[in-house]
Amino acid sequence: MTDYNFAYLDEQTKRMIRRAILKGLAIPGYQVPFASREMPMPYGWGTGGVQVSAAVLCPEDTLKVIDQGADDTTNAVSIRRFFERTAQIAVTTATADATVIQTRHRIPEEPLRDGQILVYQVPIPEPLRFLEPRESETRKMHALEEYGLMHVKLYEDISRHGHIATAYAYPVKVADRYVMDPSPIPKFDNPKMEMAAIQLFGAGREQRIYALPPFTRVVSLDFEDHPFVASKADHPCGLCGAQDSYLDEVIVDDAGGRMFVCSDTDYCAGRQVDGHRGRDNKEDAA
Amino acid sequence: MYVAVKGGERAIDNAHAWLAEERRGDPAVPELSTAQIREQMTLTVNRVMAEGSLYDPDLAALAIKQARGDLIEAIFLIRAYRTTLPRFGSSLPVDTGAMACDRRISATFKDLPGGQVLGPTFDYTHRLLDFMLAADGDVPVAPKMPVDPAPVPHVMSFLNSEGLIAQETCDGTPAPDLTRAPLELPAARALRLQALTRGDEGFVLGMAYSTQRGYARNHAFVGELRIGSVPVEMEIPELGFSIEIGEITLTECETVNQFTGSKTEPAQFTRGYGLVFGQTERKAISMALVDRALRWEELGEDDQGAPAQDAEFVLYHCDNIQATGFLEHIKLPHYVDFQSELELVRKLRRDAGAVDRQEAAE
Amino acid sequence: MDNAALQGGFIDPARDAARAFRAGMEAMACPGTIQTLNGCVAPAPMSVAAATLLATLCDAETPLHLAGTCDTDMVRDWVRFHLGAPLVGRSDAMFAVGDWDALSPLDAYAVGTPDYPDRSATLIVEVVALTNEGATLTGPGIAQTAKLSLPGGLLAARVVRYPLGIDFYFTCGDRIAALPRTTKGAH
Repeated sequence: MTDYNFAYLDEQTKRMIRRAILKGLAIPGYQVPFASREMPMPYGWGTGGVQVSAAVLCPEDTLKVIDQGADDTTNAVSIRRFFERTAQIAVTTATADATVIQTRHRIPEEPLRDGQILVYQVPIPEPLRFLEPRESETRKMHALEEYGLMHVKLYEDISRHGHIATAYAYPVKVADRYVMDPSPIPKFDNPKMEMAAIQLFGAGREQRIYALPPFTRVVSLDFEDHPFVASKADHPCGLCGAQDSYLDEVIVDDAGGRMFVCSDTDYCAGRQVDGHRGRDNKEDAA
Repeated sequence: MYVAVKGGERAIDNAHAWLAEERRGDPAVPELSTAQIREQMTLTVNRVMAEGSLYDPDLAALAIKQARGDLIEAIFLIRAYRTTLPRFGSSLPVDTGAMACDRRISATFKDLPGGQVLGPTFDYTHRLLDFMLAADGDVPVAPKMPVDPAPVPHVMSFLNSEGLIAQETCDGTPAPDLTRAPLELPAARALRLQALTRGDEGFVLGMAYSTQRGYARNHAFVGELRIGSVPVEMEIPELGFSIEIGEITLTECETVNQFTGSKTEPAQFTRGYGLVFGQTERKAISMALVDRALRWEELGEDDQGAPAQDAEFVLYHCDNIQATGFLEHIKLPHYVDFQSELELVRKLRRDAGAVDRQEAAE
Repeated sequence: MDNAALQGGFIDPARDAARAFRAGMEAMACPGTIQTLNGCVAPAPMSVAAATLLATLCDAETPLHLAGTCDTDMVRDWVRFHLGAPLVGRSDAMFAVGDWDALSPLDAYAVGTPDYPDRSATLIVEVVALTNEGATLTGPGIAQTAKLSLPGGLLAARVVRYPLGIDFYFTCGDRIAALPRTTKGAH
């Protein structure tokens, strides 16, 4: 890439995105419309997250990019390379060393700290979208704090299944006002959203940005007699033995044999370096 | 023993190398040049310019070559490039009345000033595969006639002078720019037309076709279809006057639709409008039909619930770059979301099984 | 146009504006914290922090209101040259800058609409001192409480019918703090 501006976007576009981010932080959970630009990767593949990252990155930053919790999935690789080329910033796979983390569909297991920024890629920012397809209607619902449709849906789940049948992109109420879609993170990750870092959400194709300042109150929707449970598979990680991390199910042989491993590859690798071993990991510490 | 999957970077590099080979195809076959695409596949170039919202036949030809002929991929390349270009300002509205028409037809009048000029059209060809084209050969020179310098007035001006057609007035409001501000509803007509001109031809065609088949009752007549070149002018503040910065080819279609009328307004014809880069007829006519369907509210008609009347539905789904991006994103890993669904389904089945066993025991 | 109006922009616009934005974002995300913000210089009496914040966020798309002593020919020239922001009255302003007395009262500034609460003004209040003393703040971005010196009368004047509301920055020399509409304050 030659002759592109630092972090690719032109300054006018960055200013527009920055203004949207500031209003997003002032109104946590509210979806700020922004004039999303065509980026060199397709809509739906993280352009919102990329635009937000491009607007916040400084030359001094260290960037981590993950997809499904892993640094090495193809789209995370592609986005990380994009920023290496256009911003020449340092990159890392270590959560603790990153200042900006762009993520698709997971929050890292390691608690984030003051000074870090988590940028989420969001496909459908509107939590009510599958209950009401029209933007003209959902905008009114948010304006009037009219979330009856959502409560009815959750209650119907309980009547039909005995449980709320939402496993990811589990809706939350932010600062006691806006219902927000946390992006398709597993509901297991929802409690992590009350954190010390700044969280920014970018939906490029849908043209929305939203944000959570640190320590913002984020409550997963539930009922008194059916409280929210941040559940995961009832197994430890086969490689590092972790009991408290979200797991990927891997099929290991033709007979359908399965193994569960940490979705967060950096977390798992770090635990193994520290000497932790899971049942399926017979290698001795190096 | 299971080892975490690695090698994403190498996989991507190898994929790109193979893609380059496939793009070239058999090296024994001469390479396609962008000039050949520009000259001999003009209608593809036109579509890429129209939906890419960028008038540059050479860039469009390059995009088509790079995209191996996948037009939506080519449009994407053009759109991404367009985003990086600096903006100096807006042109003055082009005067299609001053168009040097290569093609100009009207279905509403048998004859009219300026005449019916067929131009280079497929319309009356017999769709028989011409195997002579498989061999290269010389094309005979088409017969010529001097151009009549007389102006070619818009047909609508005749209907206008009788007061038969609803007037289109310009209130001076600057036109919005869909590429610089997020789409908001309700969308004014200018914004809808922008979305339609850069919308996917197939989608807009399907929507237009639906209006002809009763999904929004409206018979459209092609009042005028004209194709040709127009000058583009821009005001230069430093100079204090406008200059011509170039010439572009446009296709313009004005449709005449059923007349409406009320207690206070006499019956009149109403319009649909289409305007597209290049010779891009099917799109321009489709655009005019969908434009008319979307005008139901301001014309006091009923909402019949037809898809083409639903501005939100049409405008949110006509952009093929957004559409293909989101469609194709389902190829990306979704195993984390899937995992949580797996757990949920297993849980629900377990609990249902427990209820069944309990009921059987009772 | 005076030379002062032509000078004082970012030396390395893309990188310097990026750093400046981070300071501005930290301030808004963590109300009550005081950040260092510099990189631009505007004609007096505008502070370095206010000038830099404007240069980071404003351009031809952001109507700007200059209030009180900030509204001089030199500052106007600087704005025109460096930002290109249209200069407007209070009710049309997306951004406004000046000291508290000049910006008051708040009635005329946009507070957003129920459908679009983001369409509200951001006020940059130039203050004589900026310290972590005075009002006690709570809300999103604040772990327990924070303390920040605020202009007298601001909390009373600031009517917040959440989610509508004005968002504030406070600038003093090269230092900046913020008060988004979500922050509750008490003296």
